[in-house]
Amino acid sequence: MNPPSSSRNWDSLRQGHARRLARAASLDLPRQLPAEQIVSLLEAVIEPGDRVCLEGNNQKQADFLAESLASCNPAVLHDLHMLMSVLALPSHVDLFERGLARKLDFSFSGPQGNRLARLVQDRQIEIGAIHTYLELFGRYFMDLTPNVCLIAAQAADAAGNLYTGPNTEDTPAIVEATAFKGGIVIAQVNELRESLPRVDVPAGWVDFVVVAPHPNYIEPLFTRDPAQITEVQVLMAMMAIKGIYAEYGVKRLNHGIGFDTAAIELLLPTYAADLGLKGKICTHWALNPHPTLIPAIEAGFIESVHCFGSEVGMDAYTAARSDVFFTGADGSMRSNRAFSQTAGLYACDMFIGSTLQMDLAGNSSTATLGRIAGFGGAPNMGSDPHGRRHVSPAWLKAGREASGSGAIRGRKLVVQMVETFREHMAPVFVDRLDAWALQESMGAELPPIMIYGDDVSHIVTEEGIANLLLCRSPEEREQAIRGVAGFTKVGMARDKRVVENLRDRGIIRRPADLGIDPRLATRDLLAARSIKDLVRCSGGLYAPPGRFRNW
Amino acid sequence: MNATNGFTPGHSYFEATARQRLQQILDAGSFREFLAPETVEVSPHLAALDLPGAFDDGVIIGAASLGGRRVLVAAQEGRFMGGSVGEIHGAKIVGLLRRAVAERPDAVLLLVDSGGVRLHEANAGLIAISEIMRAVLTVRAAGVPVLALVGGSCGAFGGMGIVAKLCSAILISEEGRLALSGPEVIETVMGVEEFDSKDRALVWRVTGGKHRYLMGDCAELVEDDSAAFRLGALEYLDTHGEPEPSLFTLRAVQQHLSDRMVRFGAYRDGLEVWADLGVAQPQQVPLLDRDSLVALKKGLPA
Amino acid sequence: MEKLEFKFPSQPGKISPITALCGVVGSGNLEILVRTGSDADVCEVSIKTSARGFGEIWQAVLTDFAEHNPAGGTRIFINDMGATPAVVSLRLGQALTEYLGVAQ
Repeated sequence: MNPPSSSRNWDSLRQGHARRLARAASLDLPRQLPAEQIVSLLEAVIEPGDRVCLEGNNQKQADFLAESLASCNPAVLHDLHMLMSVLALPSHVDLFERGLARKLDFSFSGPQGNRLARLVQDRQIEIGAIHTYLELFGRYFMDLTPNVCLIAAQAADAAGNLYTGPNTEDTPAIVEATAFKGGIVIAQVNELRESLPRVDVPAGWVDFVVVAPHPNYIEPLFTRDPAQITEVQVLMAMMAIKGIYAEYGVKRLNHGIGFDTAAIELLLPTYAADLGLKGKICTHWALNPHPTLIPAIEAGFIESVHCFGSEVGMDAYTAARSDVFFTGADGSMRSNRAFSQTAGLYACDMFIGSTLQMDLAGNSSTATLGRIAGFGGAPNMGSDPHGRRHVSPAWLKAGREASGSGAIRGRKLVVQMVETFREHMAPVFVDRLDAWALQESMGAELPPIMIYGDDVSHIVTEEGIANLLLCRSPEEREQAIRGVAGFTKVGMARDKRVVENLRDRGIIRRPADLGIDPRLATRDLLAARSIKDLVRCSGGLYAPPGRFRNW
Repeated sequence: MNATNGFTPGHSYFEATARQRLQQILDAGSFREFLAPETVEVSPHLAALDLPGAFDDGVIIGAASLGGRRVLVAAQEGRFMGGSVGEIHGAKIVGLLRRAVAERPDAVLLLVDSGGVRLHEANAGLIAISEIMRAVLTVRAAGVPVLALVGGSCGAFGGMGIVAKLCSAILISEEGRLALSGPEVIETVMGVEEFDSKDRALVWRVTGGKHRYLMGDCAELVEDDSAAFRLGALEYLDTHGEPEPSLFTLRAVQQHLSDRMVRFGAYRDGLEVWADLGVAQPQQVPLLDRDSLVALKKGLPA
Repeated sequence: MEKLEFKFPSQPGKISPITALCGVVGSGNLEILVRTGSDADVCEVSIKTSARGFGEIWQAVLTDFAEHNPAGGTRIFINDMGATPAVVSLRLGQALTEYLGVAQ
């Protein structure tokens, strides 16, 4: 019998890589090329039908490469299969409208959600799947390995080494999957430097570098102005701290972005400290460097923060607090979305975040009609990982509440924190999520549910806290949810007798049951009440973007 | 400033409601409201447009004491319709000012927080503004100083910007803003290339308290703190009387404004004005704290 | 704008000499005026709101307030610019406290 290996070529990927480089060389395109030549390069090294990973998240964007790819000739480049964490820029959608790309696997679409929904309905785009970040990164190493990746870094040196600065984000995961499976790595950088502060990506993994005409765009998505935090949010934050953080002794956690969780961050050095909770809660975080964390960090509440990305204006602050943030020998922070998401999934005892809609099973969704929003990272953090083995008091207590004292595993705390009505009196609690209608219009197999009801442990509203771990039947769960749903239709349809019984059993707890007087929930409790307060609290290290300044 | 010491926010004037500002600035318990809620109509114009009004139509007027001095005071509520001046709102302020002519208090305080005329009330609002302007001058002519305090979210714009400039003096915080046309109005009329109203840092470099103080439009720059406004008002009243109106002074002021127009008229940004004024590092100005900026102004060439 | 009128039975509270005023008629907010009413066992409420069609929710929020607070003998006026029930409940509590506070 002949050895099977003799009949096939075992390094076709490597040969393909060489073939692509040869095409670029034949056009005299150097490894470090000027911005004007980028379209020629893309048309030379990308092939029709390629899987192309275009870096871009809800923070850093390889925006110059995105625009350049979108302006390539569709007769040369077509049927591309785009892999993207986030579909955020107009140029991302242009790729499909101009006929360059056909298929999309992604995670989150944010501001382009409406255009994306139209493309799907017009069959101009084929969606592979909408993932969470970790799933998408995982698939880069399984069946969605990129042929070409287009990434963004802060600086390159002459050899082609890259410095990503504080916004390292997705770059390591993307480059690793591409460079080690015969793919082409193209980086846009903001500047060339003689020597780099540190090397985040070694030159040997990078094929081409282009200096972009403008610095890559970064959205200050994690900045919440304390001036906009309401008294109701302060009240809910007090309830969460006293009724959940303190009860379970939650030390390792992730916060969603929003004013609800910003309120909690700003109550740590005041309200939580007064309750004697310093050192007992919120010591270790998987979180972006939220400016609203500054007072708690300065107060010594927080020991460690690992970040998915950075935040505009926070670079000097994170560099000056290297005991807290992960920083390189050069002093600047290094973020890493894949690792931080892993920490959020497996190493955190709690996720707390907000949502737009929740149904009577506790399923929640941020999908609205006519808009495909996607998931991002929230479902990674906001799910109970059954594979977890290591123990912590919070995880054990939650597990025993859910399954009794004989529990063989613990439970992550997954907390949804919502005001019962959003602005314009839109109820958060509904009988049926808009996600179901969206599923029908998309022709998808599943509705886009952000956090599954069976993962949710607690719901916090202005009316109280519902502990779903203690519910013993679907009917009890439903009444527990109705019992904190306030004056929404869902809330008013509660069985008052059952709800009072749940309250007697501690499954529902009102502010009064927690010893909280809602009238004391004032903004005076916030450790900072404006962006300027945050700047002062940081000793002038935090430099907020112009749009957040009123001085 | 210490980088690690705990920082505690005080009573932010910017954040307070008009009623809270009165409580925090005036002598405790001294405020007596004129035309309290329910004793005066709510705006018939807003009702005609099917909009709910406010019991005080967005301005609170009354008598009080400030460090023992007798004062009359009006405080606009910026959160109700942008502190805009409607018919009743304006009439309350005019009435207060006329009362000052009759009663001769030690001072009148105007806590300005307004985008100007209430467009819903059109002519009635415009007439009210012109009556306020006339009344401010009459009060001053009677020898009673009128102080404008500017540090709310709406600043002092439109007609209330003019009213503020007609006062004896303006006390402003760096959050405060003072101008005629608001940033959004300029952008709408002249285009975003002329003025980007969403660039908040630019808006403050052109209309904000620090710029107005450096330009000499405001007598005092105070911290965004009600206690600082109180102290600033007391200090001003301790050190200034209301001078007799004089044509000579008016002409000098007019000449100063004409010269200023020639000198700064072509500039696009506060940064250029500050450089011209002799500020060595103009880009640092927005980051300076109040005390440093006051010291910087003292050191500028005359 | 919608005008709503309600009367609720409520436990009599103290009679206060003052008129209490809480909140500002700003976006998503409301002002509440509380003064002495005519019937000691009744809380009478008049509302002007910019948001139409929420009479049922107002009734539910106010019923809950009158059940759980000594609001009998008060006359309450509300000017509303689309406040959520959470804000309404919070503000009602503050306004009644301010009104009753002076009576002691």
